[in-house]
Amino acid sequence: MDKETLELMTWLIPVGPLLSFFLITLFAKHNKTLSAAIAWAAVFTSLGLGWLVSFNVIGLQVEDMQNGTHELRKNPVVIADSEAWLPFQPEIENWLNMGVAVDPLTAVMLFMVPFAVTMIFIYSVGYHNYGKPNGTHLGTPNHGKQEPLFSRFFAFMSLFAAGMLTLVVADNLLLAFMGWEIMGLCSYLLIGFWYAREYDPDPKNAQKLPPRRASIKAFMTTRAGDVFMLLGIVGFYKLFGTLTFADALSAGSLIAAAGTEYSMYGMTFDGATWMGVLGILIFIGTVGKSAQWPLHVWLPNAMEGPTPVSAVIHAAAMVSAGVYVVIRIFPLLAVGMEASGNVSLIIGGIGAFTALMAATIAVAQDDVKGVLAYSTISQLGFMIAALGIGAYIAAAFHLITHAFFKALLFLGSGSIIHGMEHGAEHVHDHHTDPQDMMNMGGLKDKMPVTFWTFVVGGFALSGFPFVTAGFWSKDEILADAYYQISHGHGVIPLLSTAIFWMLAAAALLTAFYTMRQIALTFFGEPRTPLAEHAHESNGYMIWPLRGLAFFAITAGFVGIPETFPVLGQIFNYNFFHHFVGETIYETMKVLYAEGLVAHDIITLPFQPFPVSISIGVALGGLGLGWLVYGVRPLKEGQADPLVRVLGPIHTFLRNKWYWDEIYSFFIIKPVVWFSEYFVYEVVDRGVIDTILHVVAKVFYAIGQFLKRTEEIVFGDAVDWVKDMFLVMAKEVRILQSGRIQEYAGLTLAFTFLLTLLILYVLPILMQYLQ
Amino acid sequence: MIPLSWYLVVAAALFFLGVYGVLARRNAVAMLMAVELMLNAVNINIVAFWRYVSPEEPLGVAWVLFVLTVAAAEAAVGLALVISVYRSRDSVVAEELDSLKY
Repeated sequence: MDKETLELMTWLIPVGPLLSFFLITLFAKHNKTLSAAIAWAAVFTSLGLGWLVSFNVIGLQVEDMQNGTHELRKNPVVIADSEAWLPFQPEIENWLNMGVAVDPLTAVMLFMVPFAVTMIFIYSVGYHNYGKPNGTHLGTPNHGKQEPLFSRFFAFMSLFAAGMLTLVVADNLLLAFMGWEIMGLCSYLLIGFWYAREYDPDPKNAQKLPPRRASIKAFMTTRAGDVFMLLGIVGFYKLFGTLTFADALSAGSLIAAAGTEYSMYGMTFDGATWMGVLGILIFIGTVGKSAQWPLHVWLPNAMEGPTPVSAVIHAAAMVSAGVYVVIRIFPLLAVGMEASGNVSLIIGGIGAFTALMAATIAVAQDDVKGVLAYSTISQLGFMIAALGIGAYIAAAFHLITHAFFKALLFLGSGSIIHGMEHGAEHVHDHHTDPQDMMNMGGLKDKMPVTFWTFVVGGFALSGFPFVTAGFWSKDEILADAYYQISHGHGVIPLLSTAIFWMLAAAALLTAFYTMRQIALTFFGEPRTPLAEHAHESNGYMIWPLRGLAFFAITAGFVGIPETFPVLGQIFNYNFFHHFVGETIYETMKVLYAEGLVAHDIITLPFQPFPVSISIGVALGGLGLGWLVYGVRPLKEGQADPLVRVLGPIHTFLRNKWYWDEIYSFFIIKPVVWFSEYFVYEVVDRGVIDTILHVVAKVFYAIGQFLKRTEEIVFGDAVDWVKDMFLVMAKEVRILQSGRIQEYAGLTLAFTFLLTLLILYVLPILMQYLQ
Repeated sequence: MIPLSWYLVVAAALFFLGVYGVLARRNAVAMLMAVELMLNAVNINIVAFWRYVSPEEPLGVAWVLFVLTVAAAEAAVGLALVISVYRSRDSVVAEELDSLKY
């Protein structure tokens, strides 16, 4: 396909969903079938265009593979088209360009995002009970009935997809940020989709926020990160003079900017370069969006949205967007890291800590989506930790595989909840929580497709060796961390050691809680009538599960290292590594030659130790989980065996390390106190109101003065003049007697006076005037 | 020769006699007569100035003749008016004729 067609197609990828949003909102909101049809048409168009573009780029790598050449790395930005959009500083003719660019990294995203989104759109139709009688409760879940706000849901989802696709194809940071913010808005709208839902004031629900408040929490928390990201974007422009990735992150531009020391008000900080500062600022945006500690608290509450929303936010789109942006600016980060180890330490440390912390919390969650929520935070921590030690490809790889299996798991959990809700409808029980795994059990035979696909997704999440995608991507992160222990310098070896062991522990816990989830949900006997009467979901929901399950397995096979025994020889080409590596291969090589980065794109040798750890923790965790929950499945009413084993630690984990309480105590309450007592009482009512009152009084006094003046001038004075005229007229009127002789007498008198005046007074006056 | 001022004094006296008559007399006919006095006082002045200032040409006498003619006409009209007023009002007392007020 020629270049122009590809450029046009790339431009059109986000257009379909965007158009769909407007079409549904404006014209189709009363017709549910039409709304779904428009949304489907839009995402299928995006899928078609996205895959066409993606495969065109992948085709170039296939050519390289067959010919043994490296053509792609010489020109990694295969498609680039931009238009001058806004004049920035017009006096130097510097225009801000808006455009699209596709390089190998974009290509893999364009493979994953539209597919996952399309699967979720198909699933949503079934999830909202398309074709069933209409539900009547606006803004709350309508179990077994068609969602009354069906069209609204698809409109928001379309806009969300448009935001993500814009971010993926954007060739500059600003356009990417626009997509980023569109997603922020849509996450708010979709998490709060069931805006009227309230929970019973039951201690079991104490940790649950109603969707309305959850959406605000998500929006505010991510906003905290976005502010820093925006600062980062401004700094980015200041440093590079452009926001276009390809220009700013080219080797030449990075070398030119590398030495720029960070200064604030003329102060410089030891080792702080602009690169590092920018990297951290943009990274903080990611911390918010990708739910890393300390801004991870919004994500578990975001589970209040309908399950397809969870899938699209927490797997395919929004949280991936955060990691994607950091991967996108990786060369900048790498230069910043080499200049200052603190950059590595912050990013890697936050990632690894988040991975481990979230994994421990997930172990003690009973909500089927709650486990997945923390698992998402944990897996994103893996990616961020990988970036912290410079494992660019491993992070991207895990991003892609995670998107597939996590979307699968979310959709699977939605299917489980759907089945449970069906059971609840059947037995007329609306008090038992259909999301609580303690109320499930024995769903294996009742929901066979959901079971098998969930197991596939769960095993991929656990990193079940050799067959699942999750194993290969997680293994690569661990291998990179292990390699950096011996080959890194600066803070990297220490950090890598910590990251390696933290991630290994997190991976062990991941496998454990996954098996716990599978065992509690699908095995044993049904623990409630809900589970007893659950049944398999409809076709709209099952087929996307199968589609995603396919990639949850096969997506890993494109990234098997050549050096891996047996399997490496069979596949003999680490396609993903070479393909994504080409994106920045030349840049990193030049930077490495200049000594600005720790290492360029390297192909790791085979290391038996991390691989065995990786296999060990996956199998060990799964086995342990099976021992605790699978061998003797929980009976009805039986407590979680972990409670007995872990005791208070379990309470601690169950309460999510008390992060919400800590934030509430240290941030929210002081802020509320500060606003109520200081800002409201002192500043607002004390200072500002006093000033206003004084001003008001001054103006009131001026007004009174003017009023009095007016009364005197235009009231009394005018009256006085009038009265005087009346009086004068009364006096003067006797002159007009009508008697001719009096008139004549007066005439005479005045003639006399006039004569005297002319003869005697006037000459004297004239003298004076001269 | 009698000085000019003597004539002027006589004329002034005559004039103010007329003025007094106009202002003080109640009878409209008497007032008209007083007006005639004032006119004649002016005539004396004119003739006196003519005689003393420029006696070469008979301008002053000519003017006085005109004044006398006009005075005669004025007296005729005035008396006609008085008769007319008397017919409508049955009075020639000036004080009672105050309808100018309205």
